[in-house]
Amino acid sequence: MTRALVGVKRVIDYAVKIRVKPDKKGVVTDGVKHSMNPFDEIAIEEAVRMKEKKLIEEVIAVSCGPSQSQDVIRTALAMGADKAIHVEVSGPEYETLQPVHVSKILAKLAQEEKADLIIVGKQAIDDDSNQTAQMIGGILDWPTGTFCSKIEKNDSELTVTREVDGGLEVVKMKMPAVLSADLRLNEPRYATLPNIMKAKKKPIKKLTAKDLGVDTSARIEILSVEEPQVRQAGVIVPDVDTLIVKLKENGHV
Amino acid sequence: MSQRSKVIQLYKTLLYMGRDYPKGYDFFKKNLRKVFEKNKRERDPEKIDKMLAHGNFVIKELEALYMLRKYRTLKKRYYEKS
Repeated sequence: MTRALVGVKRVIDYAVKIRVKPDKKGVVTDGVKHSMNPFDEIAIEEAVRMKEKKLIEEVIAVSCGPSQSQDVIRTALAMGADKAIHVEVSGPEYETLQPVHVSKILAKLAQEEKADLIIVGKQAIDDDSNQTAQMIGGILDWPTGTFCSKIEKNDSELTVTREVDGGLEVVKMKMPAVLSADLRLNEPRYATLPNIMKAKKKPIKKLTAKDLGVDTSARIEILSVEEPQVRQAGVIVPDVDTLIVKLKENGHV
Repeated sequence: MSQRSKVIQLYKTLLYMGRDYPKGYDFFKKNLRKVFEKNKRERDPEKIDKMLAHGNFVIKELEALYMLRKYRTLKKRYYEKS
């Protein structure tokens, strides 16, 4: 049976204005709307479409994070995943959880669940690391196709179109493989209310990182989180002459 | 499904979708309630059917709106050179 493992991350919703905590150790997350990382939605959608085309038989969604991560797992199930695994990581451990930890967890799960394909979003919109797919590929020593904008499957061979600087690259690889989804891969479906309700009946397996033998202790220390620099306000000049004087003053001409 | 439960189902679905509305959930909820209440005395099954069809069309429009909005924001943030 061909199985796809799909990583989904719970992140602060893309439409929310991010604020830094007063102690500068992170961003405000309490009472802030969260949702599934948009690139992970694309990953789930691709896996579900492959299942609908009978190219794969089972889609397993995985999320690493606090108990609220169940919400995005539910969304993934509503979009069409068959079952889900929630690896609970919470509190200070979650704050310093890095792609290296997540990729070890996903790699271990892929072996335990006998997955043939791992699809993740190319990056999360909160930390923008863009490392997980690459590291899973490294740990498992599987072929890895990053930034996919098209995925075709032929028996156990994948033809993947990748978005690279200045164009597209087409690569062929054998399964098992790791893929990361880019923005143009597909248009994710909306998780409708009836499907969310139905998803409540689908099984979610709960694990901890310890169960998988993965050490999630901090590899980094957060020293300070800063707001981006505010763009300086412009000035309106009364006429062309003043504009030229100003430009000369600042050394632009 | 009876027509009555179809209407209730439509209201619930729209209410659920309103949570992602750009102008906020409260704005959406207030207006949704207003349009449903406006037609609450309607008894003609054919007219109600038409309204249901319109409601389902609004759902599709909202889905498209949310998808486009997300896509455009991401494209602007990650793909367009500033």
